[in-house]
Amino acid sequence: MSWTRKFLRVNLTSGAITEEALNMQWAHDYLGQRGLATRYLVDEIDPACDALGPDNKMIMTTGPLTGTIASTGGRYSVVCKSPLTGTVACSNSGGFFGAELKFAGWDMIIFEGKAATPMYLSIEDDVATLLPADDLWGKTVWEADKMLRQKHQDPQTKIACVGRSAEEGCLYSAIVNDLHRAAGRSGVGTVMASKNLKAVIVRGTKGLGGIQDPKRFLQVTKDAKKVLADNAVTGQGLPAYGTQVLMNVINEVGALPTRNMRETQFEGASNVGGEAMHEPRKSDGKPNLTTNGACFSCTIACGRISTIDRTHFSVKDKPEYWINSGGLEYEAAWALGPDTGVDDIDALTYVNFLCNEDGMDPISFGSTVAAAMELFETGAITTEQTGGVELKFGSAEALCWAAEMTAKGEGFGIDLGLGSKRLCEKYGKPELSMTVKGQEFPAYDPRGIQGMGLAYATANRGACHLRGYTVASEILGIPEKTDPLESDGKAGLVKAFQDATAAVDSAGLCVFTTFAWTMDDIAPQVDAACEGDWSTERMMEVGERIWNLEKDFNQKAGITGADDTLPERLLKEAANTGPAKGRVNELDKMLPEYYQLRGYSTDGSMTDETRQKWALPS
Amino acid sequence: MSLRRPFEPASDSFYIMKITFKLFATLQHLLPPGAVKNAVTIEVSDDASMHDIIDQFKVPRELAHLVLINGVFYCEADRDQAKILKEDDVLAIWPPVAGG
Repeated sequence: MSWTRKFLRVNLTSGAITEEALNMQWAHDYLGQRGLATRYLVDEIDPACDALGPDNKMIMTTGPLTGTIASTGGRYSVVCKSPLTGTVACSNSGGFFGAELKFAGWDMIIFEGKAATPMYLSIEDDVATLLPADDLWGKTVWEADKMLRQKHQDPQTKIACVGRSAEEGCLYSAIVNDLHRAAGRSGVGTVMASKNLKAVIVRGTKGLGGIQDPKRFLQVTKDAKKVLADNAVTGQGLPAYGTQVLMNVINEVGALPTRNMRETQFEGASNVGGEAMHEPRKSDGKPNLTTNGACFSCTIACGRISTIDRTHFSVKDKPEYWINSGGLEYEAAWALGPDTGVDDIDALTYVNFLCNEDGMDPISFGSTVAAAMELFETGAITTEQTGGVELKFGSAEALCWAAEMTAKGEGFGIDLGLGSKRLCEKYGKPELSMTVKGQEFPAYDPRGIQGMGLAYATANRGACHLRGYTVASEILGIPEKTDPLESDGKAGLVKAFQDATAAVDSAGLCVFTTFAWTMDDIAPQVDAACEGDWSTERMMEVGERIWNLEKDFNQKAGITGADDTLPERLLKEAANTGPAKGRVNELDKMLPEYYQLRGYSTDGSMTDETRQKWALPS
Repeated sequence: MSLRRPFEPASDSFYIMKITFKLFATLQHLLPPGAVKNAVTIEVSDDASMHDIIDQFKVPRELAHLVLINGVFYCEADRDQAKILKEDDVLAIWPPVAGG
């Protein structure tokens, strides 16, 4: 075993906290983390429930390798029904919180109900206590973190917390742990705040026992670390440039969505990419990037720690932001930059800080601002709504203002907190929302990367790059290069990426390892740690089972094949520059084959046969 | 900037063309002085292959992972061929990179 075999159930309505034994049959069928928690969610909630009502549950969950010496073995996920999409939500985070939860002796925490007044959960090994959080409510993540540390006086305490945006109902609020790592997507923070739960703090001193075959585990994790170290991507590229190395790549191949996805190349990309983060500033001679950073047990260290130019307009009167903190990752930099037309790297970094400080998903926030900017351009939104602010593409000042307002949930920030879909519907132009199932797109234009169109359309949590990252193959040549402008063969590629990723997300590992590792590197680590036979084939089988479990949840929540689509802009308005010039996404050519490979009906429905094949719960 | 041709022409029928050359990430230090935002204009023989230019700038071939002309990827087998590069093309090269 490498599960602790027990979890906490916290009923926020009654205040009851109970210990329960982990369902080991489910652990064998769904591994852990994303898969296992989804199995519990499916068992315990009505998929049609109100995501922000007390009937939704929120599960903080680790994988069997979380807390181990396996490289990147520090991940945890938050699983619930999403208020943004109405689908299953599963947001994955690094940092140190997940490992600490495991060290305290717990695989998961299931939160249910709703507290009458603000509370936080404190866990010290076996002792879990709900405590009043009235003084923390209304505070930012960073303020609450500081107050909790002063109160509990243990520097090793790990904290996951929601900010003001979640309290104010912003539908894409994140749960931020360790100050700047986040379970970012789909509004899992909004669900946490809807339960009047402000924070979870954990201290675990038990370490981690129960590795099935310790000697073999030491060997296979050592071998796997060497693979990461010897690989140019995970050994050199990611530590040096982070994910931001992609900014110039994706722009060059003509797949960088720009100005609310109207264009596919951004003239200012080189000002906000990974290379630019290394350039010394004129003002103080320092670069934006201070250093890289790693999450628990990670030997890649792709994280960015940045500083903002103190003379920059965004912070010149705010010394509290003259700090080293979590810097720009590619997806955030894209949404805040090219998608809004802003090429001011200090402005993007400031807004990124605000997203961490008040717990907002920077992808959804940036994409929503981009939609708002296009609405402003069309006249659907005017200075009447913005209080005089010229919400124009390219305006760094407007972007910073929008972040401040949304973080606090004030003024037009309340509208921005709706997300792109609801914002565009409110102002009468739903066609301007660049979303799938209500979730905003990440940083790859599916006109220039055909497989990503199918990956977005079919992802079980709405538009998402992390459910099937075919960019790896189509652009980056990992594991092998495919033509990004070709839609043939992409159905199988998307399915393979989706299934493999579901398994990795359920193991406690970071998906970035898969730039170097194949499942043949991952399976032996799970196999050495866990009871049972965890071959490559079984890992892929578990991944496919998890995918179908999520799909089935969505179907029961009312999501249909008609929702497996893309905005008309991407299907009908051709890219106007770059290699994809003249192309749209050919979703209609890929979707039928995908459904066939999945064993779904031609309208995209889960069939009884497929449900039985995977022994999904009825 | 102007640079020496990477090799002697096979015939007298060549001419010099200008292209934009870009190196990124851990290869960017191999760009000549004067490069701005990872890009520099170079002059090459019109029959220069991608490998000719890669070798001229001392880019280790094994690290020339993504080789793009005007954003379109060219595989290893294409990189020895002359006449693929044209006047005003953009040749951009990355080592193995990824993110997401």
